Amino acid sequence: MSNFRSWLEKFIFWAIRISGYSAILFVIAIFLYLLREGLPAFSEVPLSNLLSERWYPNEDLFGLLPLLGGSLVVIIGATVIAVPIGICTAVYIAEVAPPWAREILKPIVEVLAGIPSVVLGFFGIVILAPYLRRALDLPTGLTALAGSLLLAATSLPTIVSVSEDALYSVPKSFRDASIALGVTEWQTIWHMTLPAARTGVLTACMLGIGRTVGETMAVLMVTGNAPVIPRGISSLFAPVRTMTATIAAEMGEVATGSAHYHVLFLIGITLFLITLAINLIAASVVFRKRQRAERILS
Amino acid sequence: MVKVVNKILIQNFSLNYSDGTESLHEITLQIPANAIMVFFGPAGGGKSSLLRAINRLNDLADVISISGEILLADENGNYLNIYDKKVDVIELRRRVGMVFARPIVLPLTIRGNLTYPLELKGEKNKDILMTSVERSLRQAALWDEVKDRLDTSATALSGGQQQRLCLARSLMLEPEVILLDEPTSGLDPISTSKVEATLQDLKQRYTIVLVPQSIQQAARMADYAAFFLQGELIEFAPENALFINPKDGRTKDYVEGRFG
Repeated sequence: MSNFRSWLEKFIFWAIRISGYSAILFVIAIFLYLLREGLPAFSEVPLSNLLSERWYPNEDLFGLLPLLGGSLVVIIGATVIAVPIGICTAVYIAEVAPPWAREILKPIVEVLAGIPSVVLGFFGIVILAPYLRRALDLPTGLTALAGSLLLAATSLPTIVSVSEDALYSVPKSFRDASIALGVTEWQTIWHMTLPAARTGVLTACMLGIGRTVGETMAVLMVTGNAPVIPRGISSLFAPVRTMTATIAAEMGEVATGSAHYHVLFLIGITLFLITLAINLIAASVVFRKRQRAERILS
Repeated sequence: MVKVVNKILIQNFSLNYSDGTESLHEITLQIPANAIMVFFGPAGGGKSSLLRAINRLNDLADVISISGEILLADENGNYLNIYDKKVDVIELRRRVGMVFARPIVLPLTIRGNLTYPLELKGEKNKDILMTSVERSLRQAALWDEVKDRLDTSATALSGGQQQRLCLARSLMLEPEVILLDEPTSGLDPISTSKVEATLQDLKQRYTIVLVPQSIQQAARMADYAAFFLQGELIEFAPENALFINPKDGRTKDYVEGRFG
């Protein structure tokens, strides 16, 4: 009996260990595969072609700039919309809302996180895009702005719930001390609570942006998918094509092993590097904070 | 200028929390100007509640009912009922400062902590800010220890220094009254005696209300003392009378250590 138990112990221990290592292994394997399929693009397509302004694979034009630009416009638009609203919502839930409103708002924000992006995209096509076309008098509502709005909706829950936790972690006593000094409640939030929680709030924004970078379905459905280099603020109201949407739309029809196929993987590598960079920045902010805390404690 | 004898008058003041735990019943008390008034008694007696009522910090807590009056005198001897609807609570809290049991330094530099209340009051003049920083640090007997590192993090100070920094921060607004809720509870004996000496100096200029950490501290510090038990004011007298010859049996028992 005890023999069996120690055997079981060992088995479970190894099972846990293998699943832990396999997570790392998968990431490495995916990255290596991306490299293997993507890097040949550099030998098959001249660099001048990759950096050109036209994406037209049927004629072997593989300019990545319109796609990169399209992604940037949509991401920046989403960030500009989602970050202020997200932080304000978090401040409202954590600092201002009466308990009953908090009880209602928190789950609603979390439900928003659970809406599949296809459903959001559907909503975008049927309601948002026609509305934008009429309201702004555009030739089509399927624009970067529509994509930004939907991406803002997908990143809001992350920004709200992570910043809210950061605000909660500011000790209540700070608030009392501030109020007791004849500082108004709004000044306390703006000048004390938010600065004290800034690393957490920054992490929240980074995670939110990270989510918008990788989002595919919603932008594929509503941005119109025209590979045009964005120039100026007006490009927000024109169709764009993002990197994620390009991969999703074209990967199914491309001939395996062709130059086009390899370029699509190159786009995948670029996306991977962008999200990696954002996550590293977020992690380093958190790490710096921890180091400082340890210095003070020691 | 009229000589104000009683800085604060508390009249038939009652307070109840919504969960019914702590409360105050019909407190009537005069707090003399330029002296140290000590509120003492066992835990849960209502000392802190009364202290927090004087600068309306209780507004943030779950208070369901308040009755009676708390009157605060200005320098001309005119009394203001601080629970009057027309009172500007922010202005009141600038006149009545508060120091808490644990030193609460904000995550800013030493200078940033001090200028915080004054800057948010609207003071932008750097010279005035710096003059106030030096004045209040000197008043709190902290200037010599921190004058060379005003721009370093305040969280790196020792506990005693942090508490004197909090005191200095309250003094930045030049309040008329300073409320202290067990200000030395987390401090070592040396820091405690520094804070106590500082308070003895400060009473020349300010009216001080202190909830002491122990009955010994109450006896050391009090010019006047009030004994609270279960939300009621049992006895109120100049220091000697209360500690040497208490009138009420319950005060006597507590002072002599028969319960506590």
